[in-house]
Amino acid sequence: MAILIDKNTKVICQGFTGSQGTFHSEQALAYGTKLVGGVTPGKGGTTHLGLPVFNTVKEAIDATGATATVIYVPAAFGKDAILEAIDAGIQLIICITEGIPTLDMLIVKEKLSLTDTIMIGPNCPGIIVPEQCKIGIMPGNIHLAGKVGIVSRSGTLTYEAVKQTTDAGLGQSTCIGIGGDAITGSDFITMLQLFEHDPDTEAIVMIGEIGGNAEEQAANYIKQFVTKPVIGYIAGVTAPTGKRMGHAGAIIAGGKGTADEKRKVLEAAGVIVVSSLSNIGDMVRKQLGY
Amino acid sequence: MNLHEYQSKQLFKQYGLPVPAGYVCHSIDEVNETIKRIASCSSSSNWVAKCQVHAGGRGKAGGVICTNNNQQIVDFAEKWLGQYLVTYQTNRSGQRVNQILIEQAYEIKKELYIGAVVDRASQRVVIMASTEGGMDIETVANKTPERIYKVALDPLTGPSAYQGRELAFKLGLSGKQINTFTQLFLGFAKLFLDKDIALAEINPLVITTDNKLVCLDAKIVLDDNALFRHPDLVALRDPTQEDKLESLAADQGLSYVSLDGNIGCMVNGAGLAMATMDMIKLYGAEPANFLDVGGGTTKQRVTEAFKLIISHNKVKAILVNIFGGIVRCDLIAEGIIAAVKEIGLTIPVVVRLEGNNAELARQILSDSQLQIITATSLDDAAQKIAKAAN
Repeated sequence: MAILIDKNTKVICQGFTGSQGTFHSEQALAYGTKLVGGVTPGKGGTTHLGLPVFNTVKEAIDATGATATVIYVPAAFGKDAILEAIDAGIQLIICITEGIPTLDMLIVKEKLSLTDTIMIGPNCPGIIVPEQCKIGIMPGNIHLAGKVGIVSRSGTLTYEAVKQTTDAGLGQSTCIGIGGDAITGSDFITMLQLFEHDPDTEAIVMIGEIGGNAEEQAANYIKQFVTKPVIGYIAGVTAPTGKRMGHAGAIIAGGKGTADEKRKVLEAAGVIVVSSLSNIGDMVRKQLGY
Repeated sequence: MNLHEYQSKQLFKQYGLPVPAGYVCHSIDEVNETIKRIASCSSSSNWVAKCQVHAGGRGKAGGVICTNNNQQIVDFAEKWLGQYLVTYQTNRSGQRVNQILIEQAYEIKKELYIGAVVDRASQRVVIMASTEGGMDIETVANKTPERIYKVALDPLTGPSAYQGRELAFKLGLSGKQINTFTQLFLGFAKLFLDKDIALAEINPLVITTDNKLVCLDAKIVLDDNALFRHPDLVALRDPTQEDKLESLAADQGLSYVSLDGNIGCMVNGAGLAMATMDMIKLYGAEPANFLDVGGGTTKQRVTEAFKLIISHNKVKAILVNIFGGIVRCDLIAEGIIAAVKEIGLTIPVVVRLEGNNAELARQILSDSQLQIITATSLDDAAQKIAKAAN
């Protein structure tokens, strides 16, 4: 068991024949992901990496039975690619693309709310169930199948937490980067809920950062519904107000969304928040009594 | 990307929003010409002159005057054009004044506030209105949140007239003002959506003594991610208003923010870059910058990043923290060595590489005979850099 995907999940890739799509599809195939084809409009009927290429997502789903899609198209085409996948009735969208305009994402969010499709990203590393299925740009080799569920707004911080839990011998049940933009397909709560009900997940690592109120909303949910130990980390204690720190969503606007504020709210909800990034692995081990 | 007040007002005008008759002057000659023009055509004797900079708080800083004396306008322009205006929102050196906006003044009965943002909590564009115009809206939001009225735009249908009427009634408007305000609301919302705006404000929107609505100030911040589809707006960019290093970095596709400390940072990934700054602080030192070099950490990118970091003159030591996921660490190590040699870097550099081939990378770095200190963990790196800077 894991959340959202497993070794049987059939995946297609939008932007399959582009350089990003090609590189990461090769990596995914090498990891054992059941990638069954891809979509590049105008190249339907050809093959790429030994897999069929389709003109539309609908055709790809009909022919392969895929339930998940990973999107590597350029930002200008991001909204269209996502809407195509939603309208084709896909269950899970993982959008890696960085730089999608905010107003495009508001429309995507509205469409998502009208369907059962779950979307991860944009501007995220993707999702991985170690030793089963890797969808995204994360390095597969640092992962180890195990008991910690990791959810994060940042890619490289996810890798840090993965490395530490691997080194501690705990491993990961599923790791998800929800993305660094102001508007994302999924928030922490969706993933916390899935981890809480996943028998393979014994502890949850939640990595947040400055900006917005996703961590505050998550804290409220954890307080009411999460019984498993949650270890938190918030990046951006030293970030100045009003400056965008790389991610579109990482900005302290009007004095709101500071790391200290988020830390306090999470601690009040029972989350163990570490102030040093290096302590995540040790803290998880301690919480699980190993 | 920020727009100037005069640029924002030009957009307002295109969308039918009422703005004062105004003239943008880049030089004293243009100011003199403008004065001739307004003296011959105007019934209003009072005019306002405003410094154009990307910062609020201009009035309190002396960057705005209201006068019926033409010479005072010339004196004001001579004082400010080409000079730097320091307000509570700028840094100590201030922002350069390249234009003066000269506008017709109004007799004001009441000041209102209108703003629009992408609200992350509701995941909607929210338009806010308040009777407390002219004030800092964050103060109003904190002290008297009940005086801010909000409507959210449906992403699929856009703004509706009833939402404008609703705000108009809450603001206490009456008679013809209701319809005028509703039209203003619809234009403002359409502008926001058409131009991919991230934040727009009219503060104040005034009711004049003859009951007209006029947008006296205008602020627009654009969504950088959407600039690709607005070449007309990209043309409005004013690099003189931006931090030099930050705009240089942006031109090279690097994400950089200047800070006050003395430890330069080079990190891959925005989250890890922030976490690295936090670790430096945790060990009692101060970061000089935020810098995300991104995924493809090549020699060329590392060289560019080093150059950028050392152009911040406070930097005494540099911490490189890279999590090599798919890229091999030994290749990154070679890139770092080549970059250090090429630039002739003389300050201490602490390097922490993690991921594929990390041990080999550490070996390559320690064999390099350069002033590179290797670290085995982020903790270790932060301690070593704090020591190196002191």
